[in-house]
Order: sequence, then C-alpha cells, then structure tokens
Amino acid sequence: MSIISVDALSKEFLIPKRKQGFFGSLVSLFSQEYEKKTALDRISFSIDEGELIGYIGPNGAGKSTTVKILSGILVPNGGSVKVMGRIPWEHRIETVRELGVVFGQRTQLWWDLPVIESFELLKDIYNISDNAYKTALHALTETLELSNLMHIPVRQLSLGQRMRCDIAASLLHSPKILFLDEPTIGLDAVSKLAVRDFIRHLNKERKVTVMLTTHDMDDIESLCNRVIILNEGQIYLDGTLSTLRKKLSPERRLIVDLINENDTVSTPYAVFVKQEGHRVWLSFDPTKITPTELITSITSKHSISDLYVENPPIEEIIAKFYRNANL
Amino acid sequence: MKAYLAILYARMATLLQYRAAAFAGVATQIFWAMIKTMILTAFYAQTTASQPISLVQAITFIWLGQALLALLPWNIDKELEAQVKNGNVSYELVRPIDLYSLWYARAFAIRTVPTIMRCIPVFIIAILFFGLTAPISWTAFLAFGVSLIFGSFLSTAITTLIIISLFWTISGEGIQRLMPHVALLLSGLTIPLPLFPEWLQPFLSFQPLRGIIDIPSRLYTGVIPVQEAFYYLGFQLIWILVLVGMGRWLMGRALRQIEIQGG
Repeated sequence: MSIISVDALSKEFLIPKRKQGFFGSLVSLFSQEYEKKTALDRISFSIDEGELIGYIGPNGAGKSTTVKILSGILVPNGGSVKVMGRIPWEHRIETVRELGVVFGQRTQLWWDLPVIESFELLKDIYNISDNAYKTALHALTETLELSNLMHIPVRQLSLGQRMRCDIAASLLHSPKILFLDEPTIGLDAVSKLAVRDFIRHLNKERKVTVMLTTHDMDDIESLCNRVIILNEGQIYLDGTLSTLRKKLSPERRLIVDLINENDTVSTPYAVFVKQEGHRVWLSFDPTKITPTELITSITSKHSISDLYVENPPIEEIIAKFYRNANL
Repeated sequence: MKAYLAILYARMATLLQYRAAAFAGVATQIFWAMIKTMILTAFYAQTTASQPISLVQAITFIWLGQALLALLPWNIDKELEAQVKNGNVSYELVRPIDLYSLWYARAFAIRTVPTIMRCIPVFIIAILFFGLTAPISWTAFLAFGVSLIFGSFLSTAITTLIIISLFWTISGEGIQRLMPHVALLLSGLTIPLPLFPEWLQPFLSFQPLRGIIDIPSRLYTGVIPVQEAFYYLGFQLIWILVLVGMGRWLMGRALRQIEIQGG
C-alpha cells in the first residue's frame, strides 16, 4: 500500500527579474517583471510503506521543493499529493505529526539549549506521552550513543554529534515517514557509517519509510534499493540501483600515490585518467576486474605509498547519464 | 497549549541570562526619569494655567513609564527576523505547531522578561528616593496590575505584527527604526499623554499604544477612577483581539503567497 503518492505534481516560482544598471533598477521600481521558474514539472511517483528510497539529482533539481510540498510547507501549482491519505498543504499540522524531517545543513534543535531540553520541548510540541517519550528516548540514546551529549548546549556539539542528536530529535515522536536531506554532509567517516547503520536499522527493524536526499553515492549504494533521479524538475529515472548501474557506465576510480614522482602507471586493466605529481588517477570497470586484482597487478610493478578506490561523484554519474539519454 | 508554554518558558530562561543589559537598562532609565522629572518640575513651576494632571501625578507617570519601558513594542526577536530573511522559517513549519502562536509566545517572552528584570529595581529605588507615589488605593493597584497584564498581551500582539510585516519588507530596517519613536510618543513615554494638546486627545485615546503603559499608569495614579476600570480593560481587550486577528490573517496570506526559495 502506498504511503506517499504523487501525481503530476508541478511547482513554479516567480522570481523578480533584475534589470541591469541604474536605469534598469529605476524601471523595476515601477514595473516589476517576474520570471517563471519551473521547479517541478508534472512529476509522479509513489512510495510504499517500509521502502528506503534515494531521491537524488543535481543542485536545483527540485528535491527540496518536493520535500517541502510533501511536508505541507509549500502549496504546488498543480497535481495531487497524498501523504498517509492526507493532502499535506491542507492538513499541515496533522501531516507533519507523522513525519520526521532532518536537514543536514541546519539543525532543528534550539541552539542555546542543552540537547535534553530541546528534546523535552519536542515532547511537548508533539504531545508525546510520558511513557512513549521515555521508551523512545531510551532506545535512541542507546543506538545513537547520546548519553554523554545530553547536557551540552547544541552550539558546542561537533557536526557529527549534532547530526546524531538531530536524527534522534526527528524520531522522538515515532514517525511513520522520515525525510532525510543530506544527513551525512560534512561528516567524518566514522560518523557517516554510524548514521548509515542507524538509518538501515530504522528501516529494517522499525519499518520506517525513508526518503533520502543526498549527493553521496556511497549513501545510496549502501542504503537504497530504489532511486528516483530528478533533473530540472523532471524524473529521469525511477528504479532499482541495478537498473541505474546498467544504464550508466559502471566506472570506478582508483587513486594511487606513487613513491617515485617520475614513475608512470600503465596497466591493461585500467584507463589512465591523469597524473598530478605523485598522484595518479585510473579508471576501471569493476565488472571486468575486481579492485583487489587491479591493486595487486599495480603493486607488483610499482612502489606506492597510498591508494584508494572512489566512486565517481553523483553529479558526474548523472551528467553521464544525461549524455547517454541524449544520444 | 502546553507546547507554547514550554517554548515560552525556554525562551524566558534564555532571556533571564541577560543580566548586564538589565543592569544598564536600570541605570539608564533612572537617569532619564530624573532628567524628565526636572524638566516637568521646571515647566510646572513656570505655568500659571491649571494642568490636566498634578505635578505629583506627572512624576509618577514618568517613573512608571521608565520602569516599564521595555514593555513597549520597540524591538523584535532577532532570531525570528533572521528566519524570515533567510527563509528558514519554512523549517519551523515541519513541526506540528501553529506559527502565529509560536511567534506570539516568543514575543511575549521578549516583552515581559526584560521588563520584569528592569521594573522591580527601578520601582524600589523610585519609591525610596525619587517621589514615586504609592497607588491611590488597593483596588487601584489591583486594576493597575490587571491592566498591565492586558497591556503585555497588547504589546506582544503589536510585536508579533511587526515580525509578520517582515514577510513583505524583508529588510525590516525601516520599521525597526521607526517603531521605537512611534511607540515612545504614542504610549506617552516622551510626554505623558494627558499633557498633549486638547485637539489631539480623541486620536490619542483611541490608538492601541496607549493601552500598554498609559492606561495602567492612569489607573495607578487615579487619573482614571477605579469605577471606570472595566471600560478601559475592555478597550485593551478589543485592541488585543483586533491585532491578534489581523496578525493571523496577514500571516495566513503571507504563508500562502510567499515562495520560500531553495532547490
């Protein structure tokens, strides 16, 4: 049964046109012209209960606009949306009661207050019963390891600590749906893994439907089985991760730091991309050679100080995808 | 309701930490009250015509005004101002709360906490050393107290309305520069309202800003007899309802129309 359904959803913004120069500004005083910008152009999708969906696309694709419409903050220009059977912008308060929302770029906690006081405010705002609050708080404190952070004001937390608290804050009222907007942005590797583990746990154990917006392909790879790719307000792809892979070239990058700067790497299994001083970028196809085999073949011939495997950034993959789509 | 009270308490607790500002406020207000008292005393000594209120009443007006100065809608919550400017206000809406009530609760804190911190020391010092008279009767004192509470709600409604106006002006510079002067003048803080010219009185007595400090002061000094208190409390109540209604209506329009930017 679909928990979120979106049909032919459109949203336009009117942006005041700026005219150039002093004369232009003078004219704008009397007749302001607006430029129509289409943020969402008749998009449709539906999400079933318990799904974990990656909602991706380049900056300005309309991801946040979708999330804002689904949470009843923005009113669309056309189309229909149902979130748990309700039209969100007509029943904002009832809709957001069932939602948890985390924005990686900004905290929703009260800046000056210790974490626990923010949580207690949320308890009152969501009208959570004492028992439900205690259970939820206990579970979240355990899994997100918050017990040492509770009495620290939010402004003194590190980004990773703050993100864990933010995630806990969005879940105190046990929402059925969770919107995560770049939850791992700026986090170090350990925190990233912790956040991912927790999201997976939440989805598996507590059957929370998760919609994840991110630019981090690793987030998508490790969490989502379905992705929706958005570009310029339209859906370019809605399908499983393997469909996405098939459609895209499965390129991976191997970055090698050579000990000798004058050395060059050449191997039949990978394509040389570029070299800057000690560092060499190679591109390879993991369906043809595993990273381990490639690394063994390189280390047998060259002495290297460091190496790592990287996924091409999501923007690059999507850009490639569009190029393919245009052909 | 519980949610808004919780937000109010949290905000009050934060504002209570600004002790240095309160101390400076107390010193400034005492200084101003002394200067104003001297000026009015000089005027009263020179005049031959009879004045609408006695010098003792006028001095009490001045001290009450200075003690309660922070209650006037002269500034707004900087955090809310920033939220409207950068569009983060939309993120408040992901919580199941009524935005007007949230802003009203926060505005109430910013009106009352600084006032309480300043008025108590000023009151005590003024009564002990500077000729602030006691209220004319216990019932007058009670009426003063009730109308002061109404005045706080009224001032909060105006403060909230100013923040809502930022949806249209965005910068808010203009209104924030204008507001302190308008508030001081129309609430009788520059010159007690009874001392304004006769022809201005009809206007002065119907505008909402007199409901914040002027009406409580008149009840305190007995310029308004206690028997008429209900009429004036009604005046305050009507303005509260009108301004809250207006604020809600404007906010509803703003939220429907304003496009919150961002991909």
